[in-house]
Amino acid sequence: MVKLPEGRGKELFRKYGVPVPSGVVVASAEEAERAVRAGTVPLPCVVKAQVLVGGRGKGGAVRFASTPEETRAAAAAILGSSFQGETVRAVLLEEKVAIARELYVSFALDRSLRVPILMTSARGGVEIESVGDTEIDRQPIDPFPGLVAYERRRAAQSLGLTGPLAGELDRLLGGLYRLFDREDAELVEVNPLAVVGDKLLALDAKVIIEDDAAFRHPEYAAVRDDRTPLEEIAREKDIAFVQLDGNIGVIANGAGLTMATLDVLKEFGGAPGVFLDLGGTDDPKKVSEAFLLMAQAKPKAVFLNIFGGVTRCDTVANGLVAALGSVPAAERFPLVARIRGNNEAEGIAILRAAGVTSVPDLRSSAQAVVAAAKEAR
Amino acid sequence: MTVLVDAETRVVVQGITGHQGTVHARAMREFGAQVVAGVTPGKGGSQVEGVPVFDSVREAVTKTGANASCIFVPAPYAKDALLEAVDAGVKLCVLVTEHIPFHDMLVMYPYARSKGVRIIGPNCPGIASPGKSKVGIIPNVVFRPGRVGVISRSGTLTYEIVSGIKDHGLGQSTCIGLGGDPIVGTTFVDALPLFENDPETDIMVMVGEIGGTAEEDAAEYIRAHFSKPVVAYIAGRSAPPGKRMGHAGAIISRGRGTAATKIAALERAGAKVARLPYEVPELVSELAARAARR
Repeated sequence: MVKLPEGRGKELFRKYGVPVPSGVVVASAEEAERAVRAGTVPLPCVVKAQVLVGGRGKGGAVRFASTPEETRAAAAAILGSSFQGETVRAVLLEEKVAIARELYVSFALDRSLRVPILMTSARGGVEIESVGDTEIDRQPIDPFPGLVAYERRRAAQSLGLTGPLAGELDRLLGGLYRLFDREDAELVEVNPLAVVGDKLLALDAKVIIEDDAAFRHPEYAAVRDDRTPLEEIAREKDIAFVQLDGNIGVIANGAGLTMATLDVLKEFGGAPGVFLDLGGTDDPKKVSEAFLLMAQAKPKAVFLNIFGGVTRCDTVANGLVAALGSVPAAERFPLVARIRGNNEAEGIAILRAAGVTSVPDLRSSAQAVVAAAKEAR
Repeated sequence: MTVLVDAETRVVVQGITGHQGTVHARAMREFGAQVVAGVTPGKGGSQVEGVPVFDSVREAVTKTGANASCIFVPAPYAKDALLEAVDAGVKLCVLVTEHIPFHDMLVMYPYARSKGVRIIGPNCPGIASPGKSKVGIIPNVVFRPGRVGVISRSGTLTYEIVSGIKDHGLGQSTCIGLGGDPIVGTTFVDALPLFENDPETDIMVMVGEIGGTAEEDAAEYIRAHFSKPVVAYIAGRSAPPGKRMGHAGAIISRGRGTAATKIAALERAGAKVARLPYEVPELVSELAARAARR
């Protein structure tokens, strides 16, 4: 998931002909003041923290300014502050517009219908999750032939737009759909879409680019996301790694098995702290890397649950044993292993030689690791 | 034919000269599948594990009568590989490849459907019918012939559960790994009618996970149209919202796709829902024992 910051999303909007207020992203209070003095952004203006988490308005991360001095002060107050754990490194300065109405439009994927879906609502400016189903119009868009004129007319109707505003919406939706398609987006959302006189303006831009399409979009490689530092390293190594609230690390292969392992631990009173899906691999080095990454998350105990298919049990055992040697004694943690499937006997023998016992039963192995985590506390 | 494959299925392996392609071509053969051809552009005329390799799927189909393809081609080239197989007249395509952009599937899926071709996957372990055939990568050792049908969005978790069914002295009719991506060619709802009509399946096992509404859709189908007993398990009860749990499709987004709604829908539809994975084989054996007493 590559979530683009608002400023980056709005650059894309401009590229695809979606109207946005005039604005600029700056990284210091001085730059902010200069931008308004130079007339790059007209006054009064809005100063918005460039963070990926939502709820900025309520949290004081959006401020208004009518003079260059106020702009500087607002930027200084926001920059460097922490907003829901995310440090603000940049702010977006934008002209303040006179909003007549706030609407909602988005393109996303409908997984059941297996086509993109256009969602529109006359109730913009609030989280779409809080809007009732009857107030949202949903149109599945067949990718062949793509978004067509009558669908755009229906969208205008659902939003109560007529005359020149309907024409504006028609062009805007065309641009958003092209963006969704060509940039490999999984979500393109405008909330709010403001009616300003006889114009429409996208006041916010939420664009999420699909991770799997990264090979077509090197331009997004440097976009920071809301991953933890360890999650970021794991991503580079192609390991699925999610940090959770608990203290037991889980290493398994395959997403379903890893999730199921978490469920079993919870059932026995354990608190999973790391979800690590090795995926399919026949490289012991990748197993070692995964294990050392796990060690950095400082779990109280680790549960290794492997079913050898593409991944062979001996590969995992070799990788694990190699990694065990490089974890400093002070940072060691209890380890419970359960490995079955391809080359099971070899894997178990390698682990046994390194002092790790494999418990074949999921129930008892899960109970063992929960008990170990409690003792380590 | 039972469900999609049988002893007559003739498999072409696209990407057979790669490591995975070679290893799994051999495993499919050992399972009893007829692997008749391989395709790697530029490697035509060679052989892998005694299987002739061709430059194009059309050539492979013309010369060997292949009617099912197992695709191991890397994600950036998978769309092309699939479209080539469809145009060559193959009727079943198993897409093992992981990380195919869903925007590519938005083209691949309707195109294949318009030509009457079924896709299983992507990001899936494929299909196996013990004693008949296998197209994909499910380990041979977990199977034995029997009367339990299995459909799943997972890979290794499926192996775990199928293997558990075997440990309980039962076997499988057909097992399909549908894949963990947001768009798959065959969903639970697409697969269930095949098992409803399969005289060799008595009990159905369904393994779902968080994300999307495929399980809720399946529950609706089961309630209205499915007559065989269903045992289900949904992975990810303890997964937090907004995090992608390993599979591209395994994410609770905007309050949708939680395990709770899926479990509730399946229970309403009359399915027996296991809380934990190892309860699935236990529930299946109870059902089988009850049926045997009748």
